[in-house]
Amino acid sequence: MEQKILIPLYLNQVAPRFDLATEVSIVSMGDDGRSIEKRTVVLPRASAEQLCHLVLLEKIGTVVCGGIEDEYYQYLKWKNVKVLDSVIGSFKEIVKRLESGTLQSRDIIR
Amino acid sequence: MNTLQRTQIKGLFNSPIELPSLIDEIPLGIVVLDTQRRIMLINRTFEALSGFSMEDARGIHCSHILRTKLCMQKCPLKKMGSNSESISVESDMINKERELIPVLINLSPIKDTEGNLTGFLETVEDLRPLKEVDAKTQQAYGFRHIIGKSREMTRLFQTVPLVAQNDSAVLITGETGTGKDMLAEAIHQASNRAKGSFVKINCGALPETLLESELFGHQKGAFTGAVENKPGRFRLAHNGSLYLTEIGDLPLPLQVKLLTFLDDKVVYPLGSAKGFQADVRVIAATHRNLDLMVKERKFREDLMFRLNVVRLHLPPLREREDDIRLILDHFINIYATRFQKDINGLSKKALKILLDYPFPGNVRELRNIIEYAVNICPRGQMQFTHLPAYLSETKHYYDRLTPEVGESSEWTALFAESNSEHSGQKTWPSLEKDMIIEALVKSKGRRNKAADMLGWGRSTLWRKIKKYKIDA
Repeated sequence: MEQKILIPLYLNQVAPRFDLATEVSIVSMGDDGRSIEKRTVVLPRASAEQLCHLVLLEKIGTVVCGGIEDEYYQYLKWKNVKVLDSVIGSFKEIVKRLESGTLQSRDIIR
Repeated sequence: MNTLQRTQIKGLFNSPIELPSLIDEIPLGIVVLDTQRRIMLINRTFEALSGFSMEDARGIHCSHILRTKLCMQKCPLKKMGSNSESISVESDMINKERELIPVLINLSPIKDTEGNLTGFLETVEDLRPLKEVDAKTQQAYGFRHIIGKSREMTRLFQTVPLVAQNDSAVLITGETGTGKDMLAEAIHQASNRAKGSFVKINCGALPETLLESELFGHQKGAFTGAVENKPGRFRLAHNGSLYLTEIGDLPLPLQVKLLTFLDDKVVYPLGSAKGFQADVRVIAATHRNLDLMVKERKFREDLMFRLNVVRLHLPPLREREDDIRLILDHFINIYATRFQKDINGLSKKALKILLDYPFPGNVRELRNIIEYAVNICPRGQMQFTHLPAYLSETKHYYDRLTPEVGESSEWTALFAESNSEHSGQKTWPSLEKDMIIEALVKSKGRRNKAADMLGWGRSTLWRKIKKYKIDA
Protein backbone atom coordinates (compact mmCIF):
# COMPACT_ATOMS: atom_id res chain seq x y z
CA MET A 1 0.00 0.00 0.00
CA GLU A 2 1.25 3.48 -0.84
CA GLN A 3 2.52 5.38 2.17
CA LYS A 4 3.16 9.09 2.54
CA ILE A 5 6.05 10.52 4.54
CA LEU A 6 6.40 14.15 5.56
CA ILE A 7 9.82 15.67 6.20
CA PRO A 8 10.15 19.30 7.41
CA LEU A 9 13.17 20.79 5.65
CA TYR A 10 15.72 23.52 6.26
CA LEU A 11 18.43 24.10 3.67
CA ASN A 12 18.00 20.59 2.19
CA GLN A 13 18.43 19.01 5.62
CA VAL A 14 15.83 17.72 8.06
CA ALA A 15 14.73 20.91 9.84
CA PRO A 16 16.21 21.13 13.36
CA ARG A 17 12.74 21.97 14.71
CA PHE A 18 9.31 20.77 13.65
CA ASP A 19 7.56 23.93 14.88
CA LEU A 20 9.83 26.32 12.95
CA ALA A 21 9.86 24.66 9.54
CA THR A 22 8.34 26.59 6.64
CA GLU A 23 9.13 24.04 3.97
CA VAL A 24 8.15 20.39 3.95
CA SER A 25 8.68 17.58 1.53
CA ILE A 26 6.03 14.91 1.06
CA VAL A 27 7.43 11.63 -0.23
CA SER A 28 5.10 8.91 -1.51
CA MET A 29 6.46 5.40 -1.21
CA GLY A 30 5.22 2.59 -3.42
CA ASP A 31 4.45 -1.01 -2.49
CA ASP A 32 8.07 -1.98 -3.16
CA GLY A 33 9.29 0.63 -0.64
CA ARG A 34 10.71 2.93 -3.33
CA SER A 35 9.83 6.63 -3.51
CA ILE A 36 7.47 7.26 -6.41
CA GLU A 37 6.71 10.94 -5.89
CA LYS A 38 8.32 13.85 -4.07
CA ARG A 39 6.73 17.23 -3.74
CA THR A 40 7.54 20.31 -1.70
CA VAL A 41 5.01 22.39 0.19
CA VAL A 42 5.92 25.91 1.31
CA LEU A 43 4.00 27.11 4.34
CA PRO A 44 3.03 30.78 4.77
CA ARG A 45 4.42 30.77 8.31
CA ALA A 46 6.02 28.34 10.74
CA SER A 47 3.46 26.72 13.02
CA ALA A 48 3.39 23.30 14.63
CA GLU A 49 -0.44 23.33 14.68
CA GLN A 50 -0.64 24.01 10.95
CA LEU A 51 1.92 21.34 10.26
CA CYS A 52 -0.10 18.80 12.30
CA HIS A 53 -3.18 19.87 10.31
CA LEU A 54 -1.28 19.31 7.06
CA VAL A 55 -0.18 15.86 8.27
CA LEU A 56 -3.80 14.83 8.85
CA LEU A 57 -5.07 16.51 5.68
CA GLU A 58 -2.51 14.72 3.51
CA LYS A 59 -3.09 11.40 5.33
CA ILE A 60 0.61 11.14 6.17
CA GLY A 61 1.72 7.83 7.70
CA THR A 62 5.17 8.85 8.96
CA VAL A 63 6.78 12.14 9.95
CA VAL A 64 10.57 12.40 9.97
CA CYS A 65 11.76 15.43 11.91
CA GLY A 66 14.40 16.92 14.20
CA GLY A 67 13.28 18.36 17.54
CA ILE A 68 9.58 18.20 18.28
CA GLU A 69 7.71 19.18 21.43
CA ASP A 70 6.16 16.29 23.34
CA GLU A 71 2.69 17.82 23.00
CA TYR A 72 2.77 17.53 19.18
CA TYR A 73 4.58 14.19 19.26
CA GLN A 74 1.87 12.68 21.46
CA TYR A 75 -0.88 14.25 19.35
CA LEU A 76 0.50 12.77 16.13
CA LYS A 77 0.97 9.38 17.80
CA TRP A 78 -2.62 9.57 19.01
CA LYS A 79 -3.65 10.16 15.39
CA ASN A 80 -1.75 6.99 14.43
CA VAL A 81 1.05 8.87 12.71
CA LYS A 82 4.50 7.34 13.20
CA VAL A 83 7.01 10.00 14.27
CA LEU A 84 10.76 9.48 13.78
CA ASP A 85 12.21 12.42 15.70
CA SER A 86 15.69 13.76 16.51
CA VAL A 87 16.81 12.68 13.03
CA ILE A 88 19.77 14.58 11.57
CA GLY A 89 20.78 14.30 7.92
CA SER A 90 20.30 15.49 4.37
CA PHE A 91 16.99 14.94 2.59
CA LYS A 92 18.68 12.72 -0.01
CA GLU A 93 20.21 10.42 2.61
CA ILE A 94 16.98 10.28 4.61
CA VAL A 95 15.03 9.12 1.53
CA LYS A 96 17.69 6.46 0.89
CA ARG A 97 17.30 5.18 4.44
CA LEU A 98 13.51 5.26 4.14
CA GLU A 99 13.71 3.20 0.96
CA SER A 100 15.92 0.64 2.64
CA GLY A 101 13.59 0.64 5.67
CA THR A 102 16.46 1.33 8.08
CA LEU A 103 15.63 4.84 9.31
CA GLN A 104 15.01 5.13 13.05
CA SER A 105 14.38 7.89 15.57
CA ARG A 106 17.57 9.62 16.76
CA ASP A 107 19.51 8.56 13.65
CA ILE A 108 22.38 10.86 12.75
CA ILE A 109 23.48 10.56 9.13
CA ARG A 110 26.75 12.38 8.62
CA MET B 1 37.97 11.66 17.75
CA ASN B 2 40.33 10.60 20.52
CA THR B 3 42.69 13.44 19.75
CA LEU B 4 39.92 15.86 20.72
CA GLN B 5 39.28 13.99 23.92
CA ARG B 6 42.94 14.42 24.70
CA THR B 7 42.97 18.16 23.90
CA GLN B 8 45.25 19.62 26.50
CA ILE B 9 45.86 23.03 28.02
CA LYS B 10 49.54 23.71 28.49
CA GLY B 11 51.18 26.53 30.36
CA LEU B 12 48.33 27.20 32.78
CA PHE B 13 49.62 24.83 35.44
CA ASN B 14 52.97 23.12 35.91
CA SER B 15 51.70 20.08 34.03
CA PRO B 16 49.25 19.99 31.10
CA ILE B 17 45.55 19.39 31.86
CA GLU B 18 42.79 17.96 29.67
CA LEU B 19 40.30 20.52 28.37
CA PRO B 20 37.17 18.31 28.63
CA SER B 21 37.87 17.54 32.27
CA LEU B 22 38.06 21.29 32.94
CA ILE B 23 34.85 22.32 31.16
CA ASP B 24 32.90 19.30 32.40
CA GLU B 25 33.02 20.77 35.89
CA ILE B 26 31.31 24.02 34.86
CA PRO B 27 27.59 23.95 35.73
CA LEU B 28 26.65 25.76 32.51
CA GLY B 29 26.16 24.23 29.07
CA ILE B 30 29.28 24.90 26.96
CA VAL B 31 29.54 24.40 23.21
CA VAL B 32 32.72 25.04 21.23
CA LEU B 33 32.22 25.56 17.48
CA ASP B 34 34.55 25.93 14.51
CA THR B 35 34.16 28.82 12.05
CA GLN B 36 31.65 26.76 10.02
CA ARG B 37 29.52 26.46 13.22
CA ARG B 38 30.19 22.74 13.49
CA ILE B 39 30.42 21.36 17.00
CA MET B 40 33.89 20.55 18.24
CA LEU B 41 33.28 20.11 21.93
CA ILE B 42 30.40 20.11 24.39
CA ASN B 43 30.59 19.73 28.14
CA ARG B 44 28.70 17.33 30.40
CA THR B 45 26.13 19.93 31.47
CA PHE B 46 25.17 20.51 27.85
CA GLU B 47 25.03 16.76 27.25
CA ALA B 48 22.51 16.47 30.08
CA LEU B 49 20.53 19.52 28.92
CA SER B 50 20.33 18.60 25.23
CA GLY B 51 20.35 14.82 25.50
CA PHE B 52 23.06 14.58 22.81
CA SER B 53 26.38 12.96 23.71
CA MET B 54 29.74 14.35 22.63
CA GLU B 55 30.09 11.48 20.12
CA ASP B 56 26.68 12.30 18.58
CA ALA B 57 27.31 16.02 18.39
CA ARG B 58 30.88 16.15 17.10
CA GLY B 59 31.11 17.62 13.60
CA ILE B 60 27.38 18.34 13.35
CA HIS B 61 26.16 21.85 12.52
CA CYS B 62 25.17 23.48 15.82
CA SER B 63 21.56 24.22 14.73
CA HIS B 64 20.77 20.47 14.71
CA ILE B 65 22.02 19.95 18.25
CA LEU B 66 21.19 23.25 19.94
CA ARG B 67 17.76 23.46 18.25
CA THR B 68 16.92 26.95 19.47
CA LYS B 69 14.46 29.36 17.87
CA LEU B 70 17.43 31.51 16.84
CA CYS B 71 19.05 28.71 14.84
CA MET B 72 16.34 28.74 12.16
CA GLN B 73 15.45 32.42 12.29
CA LYS B 74 18.54 34.61 12.59
CA CYS B 75 21.65 33.01 13.94
CA PRO B 76 23.79 35.82 15.49
CA LEU B 77 26.96 33.87 14.69
CA LYS B 78 26.49 34.47 10.95
CA LYS B 79 27.61 38.07 11.43
CA MET B 80 30.07 37.51 14.26
CA GLY B 81 33.69 38.36 13.44
CA SER B 82 36.90 38.28 15.42
CA ASN B 83 36.37 41.83 16.66
CA SER B 84 32.73 41.33 17.65
CA GLU B 85 31.64 41.58 21.25
CA SER B 86 29.88 38.78 23.11
CA ILE B 87 26.12 38.56 22.64
CA SER B 88 23.59 37.40 25.22
CA VAL B 89 20.19 36.38 23.99
CA GLU B 90 17.16 34.60 25.45
CA SER B 91 15.62 31.82 23.42
CA ASP B 92 14.26 28.31 23.82
CA MET B 93 15.52 24.90 22.78
CA ILE B 94 13.93 21.49 22.30
CA ASN B 95 15.98 18.68 23.78
CA LYS B 96 15.99 14.99 22.91
CA GLU B 97 13.39 14.36 25.61
CA ARG B 98 11.04 16.67 23.59
CA GLU B 99 11.04 19.33 26.32
CA LEU B 100 10.89 23.01 25.34
CA ILE B 101 13.44 24.65 27.61
CA PRO B 102 13.85 28.44 28.02
CA VAL B 103 17.56 29.23 27.77
CA LEU B 104 19.94 32.17 27.96
CA ILE B 105 22.63 31.88 25.31
CA ASN B 106 25.92 33.74 25.40
CA LEU B 107 27.92 33.81 22.17
CA SER B 108 31.55 34.90 21.86
CA PRO B 109 34.23 34.65 19.17
CA ILE B 110 37.36 32.57 19.83
CA LYS B 111 40.55 34.14 18.49
CA ASP B 112 44.01 32.70 17.97
CA THR B 113 47.15 34.41 19.24
CA GLU B 114 47.22 36.61 16.15
CA GLY B 115 43.65 37.78 16.57
CA ASN B 116 42.16 35.66 13.75
CA LEU B 117 38.74 34.11 14.21
CA THR B 118 39.12 30.38 14.90
CA GLY B 119 35.72 29.47 16.25
CA PHE B 120 32.92 30.37 18.62
CA LEU B 121 32.09 29.70 22.23
CA GLU B 122 28.47 29.30 23.29
CA THR B 123 27.26 29.01 26.85
CA VAL B 124 23.72 27.79 27.42
CA GLU B 125 21.95 28.47 30.73
CA ASP B 126 18.76 26.63 31.63
CA LEU B 127 16.25 29.30 32.68
CA ARG B 128 13.60 26.92 34.03
CA PRO B 129 14.46 27.52 37.70
CA LEU B 130 14.17 31.32 37.19
CA LYS B 131 10.93 31.07 35.22
CA GLU B 132 9.40 28.90 37.91
CA VAL B 133 10.00 31.49 40.63
CA ASP B 134 7.29 33.66 39.04
CA ALA B 135 4.88 30.78 38.87
CA LYS B 136 5.59 29.97 42.51
CA THR B 137 4.63 33.42 43.73
CA GLN B 138 1.33 33.19 41.86
CA GLN B 139 0.27 29.98 43.58
CA ALA B 140 -1.16 30.43 47.02
CA TYR B 141 -2.01 26.80 47.54
CA GLY B 142 0.97 25.07 46.13
CA PHE B 143 4.63 24.35 45.73
CA ARG B 144 6.02 24.71 42.21
CA HIS B 145 3.50 22.89 39.98
CA ILE B 146 1.89 20.90 42.77
CA ILE B 147 -1.28 22.38 44.23
CA GLY B 148 -3.46 21.45 47.17
CA LYS B 149 -4.93 22.80 50.39
CA SER B 150 -5.75 19.58 52.22
CA ARG B 151 -4.06 18.98 55.55
CA GLU B 152 -1.72 16.31 54.14
CA MET B 153 -0.61 18.48 51.24
CA THR B 154 -0.13 21.61 53.36
CA ARG B 155 2.12 19.60 55.65
CA LEU B 156 4.04 18.36 52.61
CA PHE B 157 4.46 21.90 51.22
CA GLN B 158 5.94 22.98 54.56
CA THR B 159 8.36 20.05 54.62
CA VAL B 160 9.60 20.06 51.03
CA PRO B 161 11.51 23.41 51.05
CA LEU B 162 13.36 22.27 54.18
CA VAL B 163 14.12 18.86 52.71
CA ALA B 164 15.30 20.45 49.47
CA GLN B 165 18.01 22.45 51.21
CA ASN B 166 20.06 19.47 52.34
CA ASP B 167 21.55 16.61 50.38
CA SER B 168 19.82 13.72 52.10
CA ALA B 169 18.43 10.90 50.00
CA VAL B 170 14.69 11.21 49.49
CA LEU B 171 12.20 8.41 49.00
CA ILE B 172 8.87 9.43 47.51
CA THR B 173 5.99 7.01 47.77
CA GLY B 174 2.50 7.25 46.40
CA GLU B 175 0.07 5.65 44.01
CA THR B 176 0.30 6.12 40.28
CA GLY B 177 -0.69 9.60 39.12
CA THR B 178 -0.16 11.32 42.48
CA GLY B 179 2.72 13.49 41.22
CA LYS B 180 5.89 11.72 42.35
CA ASP B 181 7.89 12.94 39.33
CA MET B 182 6.73 16.51 39.83
CA LEU B 183 7.65 16.42 43.50
CA ALA B 184 11.12 15.05 42.72
CA GLU B 185 11.74 17.82 40.19
CA ALA B 186 10.34 20.41 42.62
CA ILE B 187 12.81 19.24 45.28
CA HIS B 188 15.68 19.56 42.80
CA GLN B 189 14.59 23.00 41.62
CA ALA B 190 14.23 24.27 45.20
CA SER B 191 17.64 22.94 46.19
CA ASN B 192 21.10 24.44 45.85
CA ARG B 193 21.62 21.98 43.02
CA ALA B 194 19.01 23.69 40.82
CA LYS B 195 21.76 24.93 38.50
CA GLY B 196 23.00 21.36 38.08
CA SER B 197 21.25 18.71 36.04
CA PHE B 198 18.14 16.81 37.03
CA VAL B 199 18.62 13.40 35.49
CA LYS B 200 15.75 10.94 35.53
CA ILE B 201 15.90 7.22 34.95
CA ASN B 202 13.08 4.70 35.08
CA CYS B 203 14.43 1.58 36.77
CA GLY B 204 11.57 -0.50 35.42
CA ALA B 205 11.89 0.53 31.80
CA LEU B 206 15.16 -1.13 30.84
CA PRO B 207 16.51 -4.69 31.06
CA GLU B 208 19.08 -5.27 33.80
CA THR B 209 22.22 -5.26 31.64
CA LEU B 210 21.20 -2.10 29.79
CA LEU B 211 20.16 -0.38 33.01
CA GLU B 212 23.57 -0.99 34.56
CA SER B 213 25.35 0.61 31.61
CA GLU B 214 22.79 3.44 31.54
CA LEU B 215 23.22 4.17 35.27
CA PHE B 216 26.92 3.66 35.78
CA GLY B 217 28.26 4.06 32.23
CA HIS B 218 30.74 1.84 30.47
CA GLN B 219 34.26 1.88 29.18
CA LYS B 220 34.98 1.46 25.49
CA GLY B 221 35.40 -2.26 24.79
CA ALA B 222 33.71 -3.37 28.02
CA PHE B 223 31.35 -5.57 26.01
CA THR B 224 30.42 -6.25 22.39
CA GLY B 225 28.97 -3.06 20.99
CA ALA B 226 30.62 -0.76 23.53
CA VAL B 227 32.43 1.24 20.85
CA GLU B 228 32.63 4.44 22.86
CA ASN B 229 32.99 5.47 26.48
CA LYS B 230 29.60 6.19 27.97
CA PRO B 231 29.41 8.50 31.00
CA GLY B 232 26.29 7.01 32.64
CA ARG B 233 23.47 8.86 34.37
CA PHE B 234 25.32 9.17 37.69
CA ARG B 235 28.10 11.02 35.95
CA LEU B 236 25.66 13.19 33.99
CA ALA B 237 23.94 14.11 37.23
CA HIS B 238 27.24 15.22 38.83
CA ASN B 239 26.52 18.35 40.92
CA GLY B 240 22.82 17.80 40.34
CA SER B 241 20.18 15.27 41.28
CA LEU B 242 19.54 11.76 40.03
CA TYR B 243 15.91 10.71 40.11
CA LEU B 244 15.39 6.96 40.18
CA THR B 245 11.75 6.34 39.45
CA GLU B 246 10.17 2.92 40.04
CA ILE B 247 13.04 2.02 42.37
CA GLY B 248 10.98 -0.99 43.46
CA ASP B 249 11.64 -2.50 40.01
CA LEU B 250 15.44 -2.22 40.35
CA PRO B 251 16.94 -5.72 39.95
CA LEU B 252 18.66 -7.11 43.06
CA PRO B 253 22.25 -7.14 41.60
CA LEU B 254 21.91 -3.45 40.76
CA GLN B 255 20.54 -2.75 44.21
CA VAL B 256 23.93 -3.88 45.56
CA LYS B 257 25.76 -1.57 43.16
CA LEU B 258 23.53 1.36 44.11
CA LEU B 259 24.12 0.58 47.75
CA THR B 260 27.88 0.71 47.20
CA PHE B 261 27.52 4.08 45.50
CA LEU B 262 25.40 5.49 48.32
CA ASP B 263 28.10 4.41 50.75
CA ASP B 264 31.26 5.70 49.09
CA LYS B 265 29.85 8.04 46.35
CA VAL B 266 32.16 6.57 43.73
CA VAL B 267 30.86 5.31 40.37
CA TYR B 268 32.71 2.52 38.60
CA PRO B 269 31.68 2.35 34.91
CA LEU B 270 31.37 -1.17 33.44
CA GLY B 271 34.80 -2.46 32.48
CA SER B 272 36.68 0.29 34.26
CA ALA B 273 38.83 -0.05 37.33
CA LYS B 274 38.98 3.72 37.70
CA GLY B 275 36.22 5.20 39.80
CA PHE B 276 34.60 8.61 39.48
CA GLN B 277 33.68 10.61 42.58
CA ALA B 278 30.13 11.74 41.80
CA ASP B 279 28.47 14.46 43.84
CA VAL B 280 24.89 13.44 43.25
CA ARG B 281 21.77 13.71 45.31
CA VAL B 282 19.63 10.61 44.94
CA ILE B 283 15.86 10.95 44.87
CA ALA B 284 13.97 7.68 44.51
CA ALA B 285 10.29 7.01 44.00
CA THR B 286 8.01 4.04 43.77
CA HIS B 287 4.34 3.16 43.78
CA ARG B 288 5.14 -0.21 45.35
CA ASN B 289 5.08 -1.04 49.04
CA LEU B 290 8.81 -1.21 49.72
CA ASP B 291 8.32 -2.35 53.33
CA LEU B 292 6.41 -5.36 52.07
CA MET B 293 8.99 -5.99 49.36
CA VAL B 294 11.71 -5.99 52.03
CA LYS B 295 9.74 -8.57 54.01
CA GLU B 296 9.34 -10.68 50.89
CA ARG B 297 13.10 -10.30 50.22
CA LYS B 298 12.45 -8.64 46.86
CA PHE B 299 14.12 -5.41 47.95
CA ARG B 300 17.29 -5.14 50.01
CA GLU B 301 16.69 -3.95 53.53
CA ASP B 302 20.05 -2.14 53.73
CA LEU B 303 19.26 -0.19 50.54
CA MET B 304 15.84 0.65 51.92
CA PHE B 305 17.48 2.11 55.05
CA ARG B 306 19.83 4.24 52.97
CA LEU B 307 17.11 5.58 50.68
CA ASN B 308 14.59 6.04 53.44
CA VAL B 309 16.39 9.03 55.00
CA VAL B 310 13.56 11.40 54.16
CA ARG B 311 10.31 9.75 53.16
CA LEU B 312 7.63 11.84 51.52
CA HIS B 313 4.26 10.26 50.89
CA LEU B 314 1.86 11.67 48.33
CA PRO B 315 -1.67 10.78 49.37
CA PRO B 316 -4.10 9.48 46.74
CA LEU B 317 -6.66 11.98 45.47
CA ARG B 318 -9.57 10.18 47.14
CA GLU B 319 -7.92 11.06 50.48
CA ARG B 320 -7.57 14.70 49.46
CA GLU B 321 -11.23 15.61 49.24
CA ASP B 322 -10.57 19.31 49.86
CA ASP B 323 -8.24 19.38 46.88
CA ILE B 324 -10.44 17.84 44.18
CA ARG B 325 -12.38 21.06 43.61
CA LEU B 326 -9.20 23.15 43.60
CA ILE B 327 -7.36 20.89 41.15
CA LEU B 328 -10.48 20.62 39.01
CA ASP B 329 -10.78 24.40 38.62
CA HIS B 330 -7.03 24.65 38.03
CA PHE B 331 -7.17 22.22 35.10
CA ILE B 332 -10.34 23.80 33.68
CA ASN B 333 -8.50 27.15 33.58
CA ILE B 334 -5.40 25.62 32.02
CA TYR B 335 -7.21 23.70 29.27
CA ALA B 336 -9.78 26.43 28.56
CA THR B 337 -6.87 28.83 27.97
CA ARG B 338 -4.88 26.31 25.95
CA PHE B 339 -7.81 25.34 23.71
CA GLN B 340 -9.03 28.97 23.58
CA LYS B 341 -12.53 28.10 24.83
CA ASP B 342 -14.94 30.14 26.88
CA ILE B 343 -15.79 27.67 29.63
CA ASN B 344 -17.71 28.66 32.77
CA GLY B 345 -17.02 25.77 35.10
CA LEU B 346 -19.11 22.66 35.63
CA SER B 347 -22.82 22.03 36.06
CA LYS B 348 -24.01 20.74 39.47
CA LYS B 349 -24.59 17.24 38.14
CA ALA B 350 -21.19 17.03 36.43
CA LEU B 351 -19.54 18.31 39.61
CA LYS B 352 -21.34 15.72 41.73
CA ILE B 353 -20.24 12.90 39.42
CA LEU B 354 -16.64 14.06 39.68
CA LEU B 355 -16.71 14.61 43.44
CA ASP B 356 -18.21 11.13 43.96
CA TYR B 357 -15.71 9.38 41.69
CA PRO B 358 -12.84 7.59 43.53
CA PHE B 359 -10.13 8.50 40.94
CA PRO B 360 -8.04 5.33 40.91
CA GLY B 361 -5.66 7.12 38.48
CA ASN B 362 -5.44 10.09 40.87
CA VAL B 363 -4.50 13.61 39.66
CA ARG B 364 -3.40 12.32 36.24
CA GLU B 365 -6.83 10.78 35.69
CA LEU B 366 -8.59 13.96 36.84
CA ARG B 367 -6.42 15.99 34.46
CA ASN B 368 -7.27 13.68 31.55
CA ILE B 369 -10.99 13.83 32.36
CA ILE B 370 -10.93 17.63 32.35
CA GLU B 371 -8.86 17.75 29.15
CA TYR B 372 -11.46 15.49 27.51
CA ALA B 373 -14.39 17.51 28.84
CA VAL B 374 -12.92 20.86 27.73
CA ASN B 375 -12.31 19.35 24.29
CA ILE B 376 -15.89 18.11 24.00
CA CYS B 377 -17.67 21.13 25.53
CA PRO B 378 -18.17 23.81 22.85
CA ARG B 379 -18.64 26.73 25.29
CA GLY B 380 -20.37 27.76 28.50
CA GLN B 381 -20.91 25.38 31.38
CA MET B 382 -19.60 21.83 31.09
CA GLN B 383 -22.43 19.32 31.50
CA PHE B 384 -22.24 15.72 32.68
CA THR B 385 -22.62 14.64 29.04
CA HIS B 386 -19.26 16.25 28.32
CA LEU B 387 -17.54 13.96 30.81
CA PRO B 388 -16.15 10.61 29.65
CA ALA B 389 -18.95 8.03 29.52
CA TYR B 390 -17.28 5.62 31.93
CA LEU B 391 -17.79 8.10 34.79
CA SER B 392 -21.58 8.03 34.46
CA GLU B 393 -21.54 4.27 33.96
CA THR B 394 -19.60 3.68 37.18
CA LYS B 395 -22.26 3.85 39.82
CA HIS B 396 -21.06 5.18 43.10
CA TYR B 397 -20.34 2.42 45.52
CA TYR B 398 -22.67 3.82 48.16
CA ASP B 399 -25.54 3.49 45.68
CA ARG B 400 -24.64 -0.13 45.13
CA LEU B 401 -24.35 -0.65 48.86
CA THR B 402 -27.93 0.43 49.66
CA PRO B 403 -29.63 -2.67 51.11
CA GLU B 404 -32.99 -3.80 49.85
CA VAL B 405 -36.11 -2.67 51.75
CA GLY B 406 -37.22 -5.00 54.52
CA GLU B 407 -33.82 -6.56 54.93
CA SER B 408 -32.79 -6.24 58.52
CA SER B 409 -30.28 -8.79 59.58
CA GLU B 410 -27.14 -8.48 61.61
CA TRP B 411 -25.32 -7.89 58.33
CA THR B 412 -27.46 -4.81 57.67
CA ALA B 413 -26.51 -3.46 61.05
CA LEU B 414 -22.88 -4.17 60.31
CA PHE B 415 -23.26 -2.43 56.96
CA ALA B 416 -24.72 0.68 58.62
CA GLU B 417 -21.89 0.74 61.12
CA SER B 418 -19.28 0.39 58.43
CA ASN B 419 -20.95 3.01 56.26
CA SER B 420 -20.94 5.63 58.99
CA GLU B 421 -17.41 4.75 60.02
CA HIS B 422 -16.04 5.46 56.57
CA SER B 423 -18.32 8.20 55.40
CA GLY B 424 -15.52 10.76 55.49
CA GLN B 425 -12.61 8.78 54.09
CA LYS B 426 -12.86 6.41 51.16
CA THR B 427 -9.75 4.30 51.03
CA TRP B 428 -9.54 1.12 48.97
CA PRO B 429 -9.54 -1.18 52.03
CA SER B 430 -12.68 0.54 53.37
CA LEU B 431 -14.31 0.28 49.96
CA GLU B 432 -13.45 -3.41 49.73
CA LYS B 433 -14.74 -4.00 53.24
CA ASP B 434 -18.01 -2.33 52.31
CA MET B 435 -18.29 -4.44 49.16
CA ILE B 436 -17.86 -7.62 51.19
CA ILE B 437 -20.45 -6.52 53.73
CA GLU B 438 -22.87 -5.59 50.95
CA ALA B 439 -22.46 -9.00 49.35
CA LEU B 440 -22.96 -10.72 52.70
CA VAL B 441 -26.07 -8.63 53.38
CA LYS B 442 -27.52 -9.53 50.00
CA SER B 443 -26.69 -13.22 50.38
CA LYS B 444 -28.06 -13.14 53.94
CA GLY B 445 -24.77 -14.33 55.34
CA ARG B 446 -24.23 -17.19 52.89
CA ARG B 447 -20.55 -17.00 52.05
CA ASN B 448 -20.67 -19.19 48.95
CA LYS B 449 -23.23 -16.91 47.37
CA ALA B 450 -21.40 -13.77 48.55
CA ALA B 451 -18.15 -15.05 47.03
CA ASP B 452 -19.96 -15.71 43.73
CA MET B 453 -21.42 -12.21 43.76
CA LEU B 454 -17.96 -10.73 44.27
CA GLY B 455 -16.42 -13.00 41.66
CA TRP B 456 -13.98 -14.43 44.18
CA GLY B 457 -13.25 -17.92 45.41
CA ARG B 458 -14.58 -18.90 48.83
CA SER B 459 -11.07 -18.94 50.29
CA THR B 460 -10.35 -15.39 49.05
CA LEU B 461 -13.53 -14.17 50.67
CA TRP B 462 -12.65 -16.00 53.88
CA ARG B 463 -9.17 -14.46 53.90
CA LYS B 464 -10.53 -10.95 53.35
CA ILE B 465 -13.26 -11.38 55.99
CA LYS B 466 -10.51 -12.30 58.41
CA LYS B 467 -8.31 -9.42 57.24
CA TYR B 468 -11.03 -6.83 57.80
CA LYS B 469 -12.23 -8.57 60.97
CA ILE B 470 -15.78 -8.61 59.61
CA ASP B 471 -16.45 -11.97 61.22
CA ALA B 472 -15.59 -10.63 64.63
